[in-house]
Amino acid sequence: MKTLAFAWRYLWARHLGAALNVLLLSLGLASITFLLLVAHQLSNAFDRDLAGIDVVVGAKGSPMQLILSGVLHLDAPTGNIPLKAVNDLKKNPLVAHVIPISLGDNLQGFRIVGTSRDYVHHYQASLAAGALWTKPMQAVLGSITAAKLKLGVGSTFVGAHGLGTGGHAHGDNVYTVVGVLQPSGSVLDRLVLTDSTSIWKVHEDFTALDNEDRKIMEDEREVTLALVQYATPMAAMSFPRWVNTSTEMQAAAPALEITRLLKMLGLGTDVLRAFAGVLLLTAALSVFIALWSAVRERRGDLALLRMLGARPAKVAALLLCEAVWLGLLSAVVGLLLGQGFAAALAWFLQLDNSLLIGGMVWPPELALVPALALSVSVGAALLPALGAYRVSVLELLQTR
Amino acid sequence: MIQTRTLEFAYPASPPLVFPDVDVAQGEVLLLSGPSGCGKSTWLALVAALVAPTAGQITVAGQSLQSLHGAAADAWRARTIGFLPQKLYLSAALTVHQNLAMAQWAAGVAQDDARISAALQALGVQGLAKRLPAQLSGGQAQRVALARAVLLQPRVLLADEPTASLDDAAAADAVGLLLSTAQHSGATLVIATHDARIAALIPLKNSGQKGFRPLNLLPGKLQNA
Repeated sequence: MKTLAFAWRYLWARHLGAALNVLLLSLGLASITFLLLVAHQLSNAFDRDLAGIDVVVGAKGSPMQLILSGVLHLDAPTGNIPLKAVNDLKKNPLVAHVIPISLGDNLQGFRIVGTSRDYVHHYQASLAAGALWTKPMQAVLGSITAAKLKLGVGSTFVGAHGLGTGGHAHGDNVYTVVGVLQPSGSVLDRLVLTDSTSIWKVHEDFTALDNEDRKIMEDEREVTLALVQYATPMAAMSFPRWVNTSTEMQAAAPALEITRLLKMLGLGTDVLRAFAGVLLLTAALSVFIALWSAVRERRGDLALLRMLGARPAKVAALLLCEAVWLGLLSAVVGLLLGQGFAAALAWFLQLDNSLLIGGMVWPPELALVPALALSVSVGAALLPALGAYRVSVLELLQTR
Repeated sequence: MIQTRTLEFAYPASPPLVFPDVDVAQGEVLLLSGPSGCGKSTWLALVAALVAPTAGQITVAGQSLQSLHGAAADAWRARTIGFLPQKLYLSAALTVHQNLAMAQWAAGVAQDDARISAALQALGVQGLAKRLPAQLSGGQAQRVALARAVLLQPRVLLADEPTASLDDAAAADAVGLLLSTAQHSGATLVIATHDARIAALIPLKNSGQKGFRPLNLLPGKLQNA
């Protein structure tokens, strides 16, 4: 403990140099922290939102777009598919469950999703207030949606056409909030849920010219996509191929598409990782130079310690403890900076109600940061510490 | 207290330094004088068990140094030897009190604030405990360094060029302080110097020059405290 205390005083005697070293090391560690946090939260978000969904069936187009729009609610959908085709999917023996999803409207940027109550049960979401919908034009709000829009049970609203703000308001069709969900950490938190019928009603009221036209539209009702759970794992072999070749729809496997997405994102993270590596290398060099200079400047002090009875290892330990302090300080600053970067990213993402990523999350992977900090700082201090170990008292005596 | 016999030390590719035999009793003062490069520092290093002789024997405080190596030599030195270097090497990052605490840390003994205060008080610098070395005058710094040297009550006090770059009055003060401190602590004092003034400053009972080269040794016992 005394060694650490003396090392601290030596370090802080050169506070400007020490602060610069800490800053340099912290920036590299903050980049690593940021990467770890985002990777962890993305992975969690994907795992949580994709859980139990074996395949997504929607209009032909980009399969990744289908997953992003239908499961993660980040992108525009590829188009619509006939309701009849979705009902036919339910009869397929390879299929256990089908959850229809209808998109197209929003409430101040929060997507209004027409679906069945199974969608809520699928994510095991529970109600914070009220109840689930029992008839059209009743809505249940996700926790973030309710909090941000300051809506509660009994509130009313009208949706707007499109997935972003600025669309035409469906003023004739008023929704009533009947329930608010507890925070689940899933995509439901930032959605407005209602029965599929509500979506059809709003759009049929908006576009139908007369009752005959409405009848035709009712017969040709569509949904945006269907979330499908297989009855057997074997279905993965044949069901997507059957959908893609035998119907006008496409089937996209979330696991495959997300792997592809992460691979694409990987290029960006590789660049950031390389940048962090360069920063850490620079910091290591800086720590090395600082401690090497310290040994040269304090050669006499260190030799005197030997004269006073300190073993060579004890003198070297003093240098290593300075490096430990640098590493620990940098780890703390780096972790906080990284959390700050993640919080800033979260703030930007929440502006468009996007992925739920935030700061001040402490996954176990973050233990890598102090370990890395200590490896870099102590590694950079090894040669200076060896210099301290070998310091010659005879040289001190002969120096005039 | 210090006894050397047929002592030699050879630096690589240099002729060996041959030292005369020395016998110094406890409480005596040994003045090692001679020009730069004559081997004074090497003799100090040999007596402090920092280097091993290439030939001969050294016994300090009853301990034969031939059998002392590594950690055992370090521990013995911490217990037995006090050292006042020419350049005082007070750590600029530490206060006066912390400099002395560091000496205890280096010696591997628990920090003893009472002993530090007593050492500072004995040298008349107890009021400077919280100051940094940069805030001390030359004389104050030397007193602090001396307090550090005698902190662990060494049996042998080695002073290396204690009067270098001091004027006559300051040199007399420094030698007087060394002598009184050594006598107060009962330590054998060895002063290594090339400063001819020192011999005149030491009131020795037996100051007859022993007449050997390259080291001039002036053994003797303090006449007065």
